[in-house]
Amino acid sequence: MSTLAAVAALRATETGRAERLTTVRHAHLDDHPFVLVPLTLAGEACAPLAALAGTDRERPTLLTVRQPRDRAERFRFTQRLAALLLPYIDQCRTAETETYTVGRGAEKEERRRFLRAPQLLVPGGEGIAYVRLLGRLTRLRAVEGPYAVDPSVPALGKWLTWFADRAEFPGSCLFQAMTRLLSAHWATGQSPAEDSHLASLLAWIDPPDGLTGAQAAREAEDPLRFPPAGPATDVVFDQTLHDLMSRYDEAGDGRGREAVGRQIDRELRGQMLPTWELVWRGVDLLRGLPEGGHVAERWTYDRRLFSEYTAYLDEDGRPQARRDHAVGAARRLARLEEAMARYDAERAFDDPLVMAEYELSGEAFTGLVVARDEDRFAPGPRPGSMVWRPTITVHSELPVRLTAGKEVKCPARPGQKAQIVEVVPDGEGHTVVVQLNGGFNRARKPPAPPGTLAEVGETVTYTSVDPKSMPSVLPAEEDTPWTHGGPPEPYEPTDEDAEEIWE
Amino acid sequence: MPPQHPVDPPGSRLAALRGPRPPQPYTARKITALTANPACSRRAVLDAAGVDKALLAQRMGYEPRFGQSPFAIAREQAFEALVKWGGYAELIRLLREQLGVPVQEAGVTDLNAVGGDTSLTRRAKETRGLLARLASGSDERLILDRPLLTLEVAGQTAHLEPQALTHRVGGKFYVAEIRSFPAIDGQANPTAVAQTAKQAAVSVLALHRTFEELNLDPEQIAHEFLLICPKDFSNRPYGRLVDLRQELDALRFQLTRLRRADDLALALPPSATLDTDRDVDELDSSVGALDASYTPDCLSFCEMARYCRDEATACASPTRLGGRVRNTLPGVDSTRTALAYLEGVHAPGPAETAAIDQLRAAERLRRLRRGGAA
Repeated sequence: MSTLAAVAALRATETGRAERLTTVRHAHLDDHPFVLVPLTLAGEACAPLAALAGTDRERPTLLTVRQPRDRAERFRFTQRLAALLLPYIDQCRTAETETYTVGRGAEKEERRRFLRAPQLLVPGGEGIAYVRLLGRLTRLRAVEGPYAVDPSVPALGKWLTWFADRAEFPGSCLFQAMTRLLSAHWATGQSPAEDSHLASLLAWIDPPDGLTGAQAAREAEDPLRFPPAGPATDVVFDQTLHDLMSRYDEAGDGRGREAVGRQIDRELRGQMLPTWELVWRGVDLLRGLPEGGHVAERWTYDRRLFSEYTAYLDEDGRPQARRDHAVGAARRLARLEEAMARYDAERAFDDPLVMAEYELSGEAFTGLVVARDEDRFAPGPRPGSMVWRPTITVHSELPVRLTAGKEVKCPARPGQKAQIVEVVPDGEGHTVVVQLNGGFNRARKPPAPPGTLAEVGETVTYTSVDPKSMPSVLPAEEDTPWTHGGPPEPYEPTDEDAEEIWE
Repeated sequence: MPPQHPVDPPGSRLAALRGPRPPQPYTARKITALTANPACSRRAVLDAAGVDKALLAQRMGYEPRFGQSPFAIAREQAFEALVKWGGYAELIRLLREQLGVPVQEAGVTDLNAVGGDTSLTRRAKETRGLLARLASGSDERLILDRPLLTLEVAGQTAHLEPQALTHRVGGKFYVAEIRSFPAIDGQANPTAVAQTAKQAAVSVLALHRTFEELNLDPEQIAHEFLLICPKDFSNRPYGRLVDLRQELDALRFQLTRLRRADDLALALPPSATLDTDRDVDELDSSVGALDASYTPDCLSFCEMARYCRDEATACASPTRLGGRVRNTLPGVDSTRTALAYLEGVHAPGPAETAAIDQLRAAERLRRLRRGGAA
């Protein structure tokens, strides 16, 4: 946690309400997110118990397993979940497409991507782990042979695994946990461990009338009013459920059994409905924030990845391996690091409150333009040549820790490369001379086209953080050198995978 | 059911504090909790006195939300029964696979009870006797099912029950722990594994002490334990040897740091009581007189945590906001003081100046840059 976030948390303890960490929303929220509130049976590796799911806030679909130890019932559950999620994904696949180009010069290529992509929302981080497990469990199943399942089951598994993989990438909004989204935008006066409880987190952000966030958060811990957001269930509720399930087993076939079954459904629905409401309240609160500048661009990338994965499923369609191979893991790690750096930089560019963190750490400064030299020429790369390099002089009231020679950029003019020429102490702060190395709409001599050169009196921010920094390039998978084991073998699911026991 | 409780030494101050209720056993779980938060005198004394913390918390108005689901218990028992079935056939199979040595069938001694007697002292004595025989004699193939070991911790005798202790395999005795969390594609939940490893380390340490007392060679004790859990989504047992050297070192170090619980209890006034049948106000003042060291992590394992949390909130302890906020406030023991520094009401001392200057700079930037964000 940054110092600014720590100050925000301190303030929250004082005001009794969550404090904003950002001025804008840094995540894409789809018009039609697919919300999933799952429950599992305690003590089991991955035994789905129930779920509320769907895109319609008013009419969630209830899925339950009345006897979770029955393997057939579990697969019926996954089949029903697939019958909800796969059509939702298909809607995005049949949406309109747009064309975009990748590469340059001879390698330039036109591709198409869908205008929509699915967005899956779960209440908390454990929900993401659950989806990963359920994906692992179902994607390797065979659709024919001794333990055949419905074709929708492995299809669901592949998609769930894909979602869970994307959830690890900072900035990707294909699959998000509501608690993570909310704590990225608000600081509460409680610990991160307590923030992982959706009800108390929302209590801090939006307390009911007459209560402070702290009081409301305590009340939200009452499992009777706000059952755990899952997938783990409340221990006391488990006792009730245990009794009901025993009665269900004992009841003979027929109406008695059906009646107990319906009671189980009702109880399970009661455990999930408050969480369902809370997730949607979180959606409302986030929609209330204005969207950050790079959000649409990141969602475009998400749409591209979605389009690529649908194409992969159509052409190849093999499930993800049990384990990453070494090359894939290295590649993935590199991508994760890039995504993190890019996401951090983009957020700073979109949001002065996030940029403030870099100002505090000395990687950025903000100040008033006090002078500018539009007609300055400096020695160019060739001996004796002179190139047009105007400067602006910025006065910052806070000390500046960037030094001369550093390359910087201004979020207001992200296409303009700049370099610090001089930093001079001035009162408590510093005066900085910044040389502009381009970004004048191709002009090579004064005057600067309107808007490209900061005016005197304008407030500008410069930072050494750059969202457009070049990512590291790894060789293509098929070009993996022999030192690294050569091109990796793709994963083929085995009979053993398909016959894996699920008890 | 015959008595299962440990017996107090006569005239013990801790026993007097607890009152007439029988003491709760001092378990591996309590030792690991104490070593996780060694600064917590409250938990140290409550555990040493054998107070039922869940009951105490409930009496003081903080119903703890722990306990085990009937589903989890059923699964645990079913899995344990499966591993133990057929004279620990699965355990022997896993040992053979993991150690790469031929391990043959072995006899099993059930130490859950000795001749129908489940008392801790009797079981501990029987375990010691068997250990003396097995470790000094020839290679007798005998698996101890639920042996009972003892360990002195902070002046108290803890009773430890590893699920099983193998006979000498390749010259070493192995502790085995059976857990019902799954290992999926060879990976189990790291938190659960770490927790189990700590508990196994306590057993191994107790085994070391017992061997020393019996003048046996402690080199015969393996510094690894066999973790047995279900494979993937099935019930099939899967086992791995987990190295314990790091846990053992950490545990030994933490145990030397622990102050004796009786010394901690001496700080209490003579009228203090931890008897759960007494008046709530009396309990409250006695519990309050014991220093707690609350961190948000306590919420996940300690029955008293929510009581301590309210106390920490009342005195505005920065620790209650989590480690990361705490770390931005070195030397500041209250968030109210920190806020007063921010407002400029108080001037920080020389030790805090650097941290507070940074906070003030952050506060100023926050004010300047937040714009319309309320």
